[in-house]
Amino acid sequence: MNTLTASWDWLTDAAHWSGPDGVAHRLLEHLYLTGVCLAIACALALPVALVLGHVGRGGALAVNLSNAGRAVPTFAVLVLLLLSPIGTWGSWPTVIALVLFAVPPVLTNAYTAMRGVDRDVVRAGRGMGMTGWQLLSRVELPLALPLILTGVRIAAVQLVATATVAALAGGGGLGRIITAGFNLASTPQVVAGAVLVAVLALLVEAVFVLALRPALRAVGPGRAG
Amino acid sequence: MTAPPDDCLARNDWLCGAYLSTRQEILLDASLQHLRLTFVSVLIALVLALPLALAARRRHWAGGTVLGVTTILYTIPSLAMFSLLLPLYGLSASLVVAGLVLYSLTLLVRNILAGLRDVPEDARQAARGLGYGPLRTLLTVELPLSLPATVAGVRIATVSAVSLVTIGAIVGYGGLGNLIYAGMNTYFKAQVLTASALCVVIAVAADLVLLLVQRLLTPWTRAGG
Repeated sequence: MNTLTASWDWLTDAAHWSGPDGVAHRLLEHLYLTGVCLAIACALALPVALVLGHVGRGGALAVNLSNAGRAVPTFAVLVLLLLSPIGTWGSWPTVIALVLFAVPPVLTNAYTAMRGVDRDVVRAGRGMGMTGWQLLSRVELPLALPLILTGVRIAAVQLVATATVAALAGGGGLGRIITAGFNLASTPQVVAGAVLVAVLALLVEAVFVLALRPALRAVGPGRAG
Repeated sequence: MTAPPDDCLARNDWLCGAYLSTRQEILLDASLQHLRLTFVSVLIALVLALPLALAARRRHWAGGTVLGVTTILYTIPSLAMFSLLLPLYGLSASLVVAGLVLYSLTLLVRNILAGLRDVPEDARQAARGLGYGPLRTLLTVELPLSLPATVAGVRIATVSAVSLVTIGAIVGYGGLGNLIYAGMNTYFKAQVLTASALCVVIAVAADLVLLLVQRLLTPWTRAGG
């Protein structure tokens, strides 16, 4: 229990919240990294997934990409990038690693969502004389939206986790509070940092679930999870 | 980097045969620790997941609670999870195992539940018609029929665990992650690349072994193709 009260004291100490190593700055770094990388990952993965799903090709790619994302350790990729020539480009190694791990859930879910659209509905659209683009934007995309957004949610939570690991390899974000705690052998700081990261991850998940609920309801019962 | 012997170690190459031959023992020890941590974690998680899944199936409220709690646990980033367990376990291998068990639980409980729910009602009724009691039905009909889903969960949990063990480097029990961590601090490229590659090899090999186990355990699934 002593550790818990000590961690609470650490968290409520105003001195730990300000300055470049303070919680406020680290939190902003974390959110900024997560947001930017989520945007880049979606910009890369969604067009590819939508087109592949529309024409019905590349299923093996979508599945293998997601399996590979699970098998390759985030930490290993971060360190490999750090030791490569890219390592000298400031925060780019972190950004690249984060995007690499956010792409698979977005791409795989979006592809699965597009392929999961009822073929009869697509055929009906085609029978009404819709062009490929109209089919994609007015039939397939709305019906696939719930599962696509689920993929984005998974990627966002994954990004919060990966951004934490980035601290092990010298990146910014809330993980730095944990690694600094380990270096100082300060268990209260380690636990306080961990609580902050855990709460942030749960908040991101909750915000996505709540924000997406109206969107999902509008489309009707979709598969989630 | 001006050491007289001009071998790949002195040049700090990414690929280095001399590294492999001179560091065999270190690599073997790290790989064995990696395998031990993964195996023990998934095994404990499996032993815990089975009763949880059975309880979740029996009682509606238990199902919601078990799934809710394990989902929350799964959302917590790995570095934070290990850090949160620090006051309980200290800097030990048990800490890494405990963290991995908590992650694997989510995947296993969900898959076992899905497997049990997918057991055809006909098979259950046939067992009852043969005079099987609930326990015998569970052991000889339901559990074998849910094996494919269970093994699928074990495969995902194992591959994820192999990848997550590397984060254990923060407390000094990360298997190959220790080598990656040390290699990052000393800029030792061959060590980082070799250890990272071994991680992926272990993950893929474990996945294939489990796939083989599943085929041997469920010969009836092959008949239908």
